[in-house]
Amino acid sequence: MAAIYLANPSRFLTLVNRVLPWLAAITIALFAIGLVRTLHAPDDYQQGATVKIMFIHVPAAWLSMMGWGVMSVAALGTLVWRHPLADVAGKAAAPVGAAFTFICLVTGSLWGRPTWGTYWVWDARLTSVLVMFLLYLGVLALYWTAEDPGRGSRAAAVLTLVGAVNIPIIKFSVDWWNTLHQPASILRMGGNAIDPSILWPLLIMAAAFTLLFFTLHLGAMRNEILRRRVRSMRIMQAQEARA
Amino acid sequence: MNLGPHADFIVAAYAVTVFVVAGLVAWVVLDYAAQRRILGDLEERGITRRAQRKGGQ
Repeated sequence: MAAIYLANPSRFLTLVNRVLPWLAAITIALFAIGLVRTLHAPDDYQQGATVKIMFIHVPAAWLSMMGWGVMSVAALGTLVWRHPLADVAGKAAAPVGAAFTFICLVTGSLWGRPTWGTYWVWDARLTSVLVMFLLYLGVLALYWTAEDPGRGSRAAAVLTLVGAVNIPIIKFSVDWWNTLHQPASILRMGGNAIDPSILWPLLIMAAAFTLLFFTLHLGAMRNEILRRRVRSMRIMQAQEARA
Repeated sequence: MNLGPHADFIVAAYAVTVFVVAGLVAWVVLDYAAQRRILGDLEERGITRRAQRKGGQ
């Protein structure tokens, strides 16, 4: 029912205008709590203080995959249900997801140098995340460069659904192949393997990053709806001038 | 707070994250202001959307 109600972009804009300030405020508050907890989190017995990179690297990694998940649902909405907001949601999520994937790659590299002795290794986890980043750039290129926005959107939706195959590969790469990257420590069989003194700051930062993602996504969706209004008004202006 | 011998890596990781997130926030905020300004200009020139002409939203 909500999907039908929100099919009207004006209704969606009203809702976003109401929700966005609250979402932004909660995001800032969660970041404040998370960063204070991060500062006071103990060093890891093996990695020392470099474990602090985990508090940004892991949430960015989760969100890079969640971003693709959001885009995949939007792609289905575009291709199957032709929901008016699905394409807007997909296009708005792509740059945000790409940015979090970039953060994941760079922070992972900066964490890898002191812990593994190298910035980069072509193992399954790192390579599959790099592939996802390149796919993000491909989707953005389709959205931003297509002459006909409709065709560009459909092509981007198809590429998104094809790229979704990469998500389970990223998740299980550390189990299926012998990699330098450590296996899952939280979402794994037998429960999490992290001490609560480090786990709680990580979960709070993950919640803050997730809310940041949705705040930015909703803001970008609002901008995209306005951009489409501008486009349709300019087309009408051109048609009237011709008549 | 002592970040140990690898402080540069930790600071660089947080700096990159702050830079990218600030860029995203600036992109969303500035783009919103730009779209609102363009819409305002078009409406001032009497150009309206079809939905507005029909008395809709």
